[in-house]
Amino acid sequence: MPLRLLKFALSKEHPAPRFFKSHETPKKSYDVVIIGGGGHGLAAAYYLAKDHGITNVCVLEKGYIGGGNTGRNTTIVRSNYLTPEGVNFYDASVKIYEGLSEELDLNLFYSTRGHFTLAHTESAMRTMRWRAEVNKHVGVESRVVGPDEIAKACPQLDLSCSGQAPILGALFHAPGSVARHDGVAWGYARGADRLGAEIYQNTEVLGIDVKNGKVCGVKTNKGYIETKQVLSAVAGFTPRITEMVDLETPIVIHPLQACVTEPMKPWLDTILVSGSLHVYVSQSSRGELVMGSSLDPYEVHSTRSTLDFVEGLTSHMLDMFPFLSNVKVVRQWAGMADMTPDFAPIMGKTPIEGFYLDAGWGTWGFKATPISGKTMAQTIANDSAPDLIHSFRLSRFEDYELTGEKGAASVGH
Amino acid sequence: MMFRTPKQVGEWVNRTKKINFTFEGEEFSAFEGDTISSALWAAGQKVLGRSFKYHRARGVLSLANHDVNVLVTDGIDTNIRADVVEVKNGMVLTAVNTSGGVKKDKNSYIDSISPLLPVGFYYKAFHTPRRLFPFWENVIRKAAGLGVVNFDYPRILKRKTHSHCDVLVIGAGPTGLTAACTAAEAGLEVTIVDENLQLGGSLGYNRAGDTSVMSRLDNLISKVISLPNIKVMSGSYAAGYYPDHLIPIVSEAGINKVRAKSVIVASGAFEQPPVFRYNDLPGVMLGSAAQRLLYRYAVKPFNNGIVVTANDYGYRVALDLLQAGTKIVALVDMRQTGSIVYAAALAKRGIKVYIGHCVYEAIASSDKSGVRGAVICPYDEKQSVALTDKQFTLECDGIAMSAGWAPAGALLYQAGTGMQFDYGVEQFVPSRLPNGMFAAGKVNGIFELEQRLRDGVRAANDAIRHLGGQAPQNDVEKHVGISPSHAYPMVPHPKGKNFVDFDEDIQIKDFVNAAKEGFDNIELMKRFTTVGMGPSQGKHSNMNAIRILAKIRGLPVEKIGTTTSRPFFHPTPIGHLGGRGFHSHRLTSLHDWHQANDAVFTDIGAWKRAAYYPAAGQSKEDAIQTEAFAVRKTAGIIDGSSFGKIEIHGPDAALFLERFFTGVYTDQKVGSCRYVMLLDETGVVIDDGIASRLADDLFYLSIGTSNAAAVYREMQRSQQMWQLNIGLVNVTGAFGAINIAGPAAREILSTLTDLDLSYGSFPMSSVRESQVAGVETRMIRVAFVADNGYELHAPMGQIPHLWNALIEAGKKHALCPFGSDTQRLLRLEMGHAMPGVDTDGLTNPFEIGADWAIKMDKPYFIGQRSLTILAKRPLRKQLVPFVLAENYKGEMPMDCNLVVDGRDILGRVTSISYSKYLDRCIGFAYVTPARKEVGSVFQIRADSGSLVAATVVKSPFIKTLKGA
Repeated sequence: MPLRLLKFALSKEHPAPRFFKSHETPKKSYDVVIIGGGGHGLAAAYYLAKDHGITNVCVLEKGYIGGGNTGRNTTIVRSNYLTPEGVNFYDASVKIYEGLSEELDLNLFYSTRGHFTLAHTESAMRTMRWRAEVNKHVGVESRVVGPDEIAKACPQLDLSCSGQAPILGALFHAPGSVARHDGVAWGYARGADRLGAEIYQNTEVLGIDVKNGKVCGVKTNKGYIETKQVLSAVAGFTPRITEMVDLETPIVIHPLQACVTEPMKPWLDTILVSGSLHVYVSQSSRGELVMGSSLDPYEVHSTRSTLDFVEGLTSHMLDMFPFLSNVKVVRQWAGMADMTPDFAPIMGKTPIEGFYLDAGWGTWGFKATPISGKTMAQTIANDSAPDLIHSFRLSRFEDYELTGEKGAASVGH
Repeated sequence: MMFRTPKQVGEWVNRTKKINFTFEGEEFSAFEGDTISSALWAAGQKVLGRSFKYHRARGVLSLANHDVNVLVTDGIDTNIRADVVEVKNGMVLTAVNTSGGVKKDKNSYIDSISPLLPVGFYYKAFHTPRRLFPFWENVIRKAAGLGVVNFDYPRILKRKTHSHCDVLVIGAGPTGLTAACTAAEAGLEVTIVDENLQLGGSLGYNRAGDTSVMSRLDNLISKVISLPNIKVMSGSYAAGYYPDHLIPIVSEAGINKVRAKSVIVASGAFEQPPVFRYNDLPGVMLGSAAQRLLYRYAVKPFNNGIVVTANDYGYRVALDLLQAGTKIVALVDMRQTGSIVYAAALAKRGIKVYIGHCVYEAIASSDKSGVRGAVICPYDEKQSVALTDKQFTLECDGIAMSAGWAPAGALLYQAGTGMQFDYGVEQFVPSRLPNGMFAAGKVNGIFELEQRLRDGVRAANDAIRHLGGQAPQNDVEKHVGISPSHAYPMVPHPKGKNFVDFDEDIQIKDFVNAAKEGFDNIELMKRFTTVGMGPSQGKHSNMNAIRILAKIRGLPVEKIGTTTSRPFFHPTPIGHLGGRGFHSHRLTSLHDWHQANDAVFTDIGAWKRAAYYPAAGQSKEDAIQTEAFAVRKTAGIIDGSSFGKIEIHGPDAALFLERFFTGVYTDQKVGSCRYVMLLDETGVVIDDGIASRLADDLFYLSIGTSNAAAVYREMQRSQQMWQLNIGLVNVTGAFGAINIAGPAAREILSTLTDLDLSYGSFPMSSVRESQVAGVETRMIRVAFVADNGYELHAPMGQIPHLWNALIEAGKKHALCPFGSDTQRLLRLEMGHAMPGVDTDGLTNPFEIGADWAIKMDKPYFIGQRSLTILAKRPLRKQLVPFVLAENYKGEMPMDCNLVVDGRDILGRVTSISYSKYLDRCIGFAYVTPARKEVGSVFQIRADSGSLVAATVVKSPFIKTLKGA
């Protein structure tokens, strides 16, 4: 047993302090107001303080921290994208993640398990090769592997998928990992709090004051806050915030659903994704299978669950793992994914001075949490976006300079 | 059978059928109808399982499908819920998640080191130094998890059925049964569902020693059964609520998806445990569990027990225990005033009642397998503390505990019901019900039998009126008198082990410490402590967690709120949910022929297409080259039945095409064909094909296989907006197609048709309707795979006849069938770029050199606005035809290999192949505009990393390289 747990056994009083302070009402003004207390917003607050010494910052969260998509995703971290810009960006995120437990002194259970994107068709194999080529070029460990190597990593997988969709190969991405998603939000919250940022839960933004094209304040249910810089990091709620400042984005909201089984002893060591079967699955450290599928095919601003999602997903899980018939699904849930036309995020400055956008995170936001926090902090501190996120700027949609990640974003889109 | 009682009225076991089974290697016997837990308990086996985290011994808690610590495996199935699953003859059972058996679990040492494992301990350690984390992770992963998955378990294909009803009643207790009768008597179609195998709910076991209630139950059940419009589904649970009253009912047989016009939720309430030290020992159980054991299975929970209660229910339990001959040492009532209703009845029986006292801790027997006594203290109800200076000990072999209830309101929550906390009953009750949803009985906080029966009638009347019938309107019944639930039935203890969540071994101090660390919001507390995240999903723990948090924060309970309820009500097997599975495949009418001729198939969209036809021992590459060569030399024939085929009828047909595609069609002559290209609004190439004008008001469109459904859908969507005078018919499945191509194609075809095939009267890019081999055929002259080719479109059913006639006629010309992989090579030789292969999600027509297909001077077409902007911008990439060096023998690049210049990516290969006919490696690649000119040389990086030089040439390759 690690020694650091001893103090809990030996102390009369629980020796761990609050992760973050509880504040009543926000101050009259802040240098920066961050809307959204998810992983991204909290990470931005943390890096604003740590990297740039900007600590007069508040994070406003409508519900509880990490309660949006941070707490709803299936916790996969990877960088095997399709465009060099995407690969570089997510690779930078993976690199921060690898040392993040130590940096935040919180065990995020960052577990590198290897990630297989299964290909069942020739055209899928083509896409895998394309991704592998770009990844290799940028220095990210991805390669196309055959069925033998997949069978070695996951001997339980039915390579014929019950004869319905034989697996021809896969894109293997060695750095593919899972992490405790809640922990990421809590760790950044604690880090930001210790460095001086203030976190307000149950605090809803009702409006944003813009005068002469410049941000000057935020209206909340806990009063008015003066500020010249506002970061919106609210994922599925982005349209609600952007309409407060009359900003148009091409974001549309689709629900994304997931479910989890009862715990069982560990047997699935890798992360598996099948585009054709619309499945991604990994086994959590608690022993549950955490499973997700493709987006709901229609726009809905809701986190309701549907039966057909879980029916389709489990049917395909059985194609891959026929022996799971009597393993039970405990719970299903949904998040709201803010989708962009090119499946890449929208990050950086906007036509409104002092209004910064961290959005368009669709189904790929969790893996980008550290690097988005870091680059958005940089953007706010310098009022200028770093090169790493240049390709994700909002103006790319007017400039016809999209960053085509459709072929690499999750499954079945 | 030490604990089996004489026959109980209404018992569920069949004493005439004896059953033998083994548990952990020991032999046991039981009666048919016993659950695994009841059978073991009857035999005196008290340790039934081990807890998830501390591996503490656990026995019966609820007997209501949330005894999550008592999961067993029969070696085939795992995580079997022993509290509710019936025992079967010959079962060989062991407990899951033990090391060395349930009695001597080696992992039980974890209990003694529990101070080292504070709440959220896994966040606090194991991550430094980083290199040791994989070791610790492995230890933790192995320790976690419940049962072991059996990889040989067969795939079980459970059936799914659908049904409809006017009223779906969930819960067949007295409330639900009454509601069902009332609705049925009004003529409605009623379905009533209950997870128990027998009807009656709590009426069957909650008797307060008075078994005369059983005749009332019998009457109710007889009435339900006598009404023909009530469908009874027992042994089935309502697994979740989905919009528009879709409720999947799960039983052993499968899932029945019920779509109801209205729903009455009469699902009752879960008993909640009082929380005191060692409230988890085997032998300590909920009062309702003791009653279930007793009346359902005729098993005494213990011989000499204590009842600890914080409501009147414990008194009823005591009376039931007494009736069955169990000795009651004492009843301990945590409240300051005892039960007005039941005190006299207990006093009459000489039972000692300690008012204002609590169980401070249960005392474990020496081997920790059960209870041998309890420490009793006066209890300060206001401060919620035990006054330990006045403690005393009572000996006993079991404790029944009652403290209150939480509504089984999962489906109400999922349906969007507004719930509010009612301090009169100390529970959440519905305050605002969604349209067509009704709640009745205990979920409304009503526990008294007569009131529940009235509430059942009332809810049914509400449903009747909702469905347009006539029925009286009454208010929801209101509980009167003392609350059935206690506001705070917790007994703090400095040494802890006072469990709130039995699934996850969470104690009071875990909540206190979680709050200290800032997790003082119910959702954060749930995530940090994992309360309610176990397989029982908080059925016995969420309410107490809310109460504890409210106390910590000094807030009223309603300010704390609840966590979100999600499906499923009980964990539901993947085999049930997945059902039989459904994979749609589309086969052409020539599928049998392809199979008989040894075709290798490939999946394109939903279609199975013949990819090539290898001779015995022939490689794929060889087969493709042989087929392609034959097409160039003589003629080939391919089944193109999977092509998308759409008819556009009506006066505005040409106008529709002009808006939809990039070309001009209004001036297209009848009998001619034109190229079509579809873009999206951002100007990206989606698909292409051929539009044949069969009449002024009829176009016949043929497009690629994989996009056909999407293109048709987009056409329908556009027509919704444009409202032109047209009709769209997707004839993809109605028509088949054959393409015959090559130098001898015309000659072969001419033997089967009277049509004049001379180039003058049937030129390239024209369409004719004529008989071929007696079949009415639409013939399109195209040059997709060879200069001289004919697509023959005919009704799918007649394609085999046409095909066979062509094969027969082609024999003397060595007509060669070829597949879709060969087609890829042939079209490449012809220099045709294929959307989806040579384009990606961002490719615009300028980048593939398709400027000629774009008619910008039209008033409108999809993507025109974007192209206007793009046309003014410099190109970023360009698709070019290229060749490798003559007689190139090095590593063959593959499609998707990158075109590189040092560290820069210039583009990628989209198609590449050796052509036997051209004796050259040819392909398409994207390059930067600077390298697009004919003669430019660029480098392709092959898989191994070696660089291969390629030269841009003019397309089509067959003209450039063969001068053909």
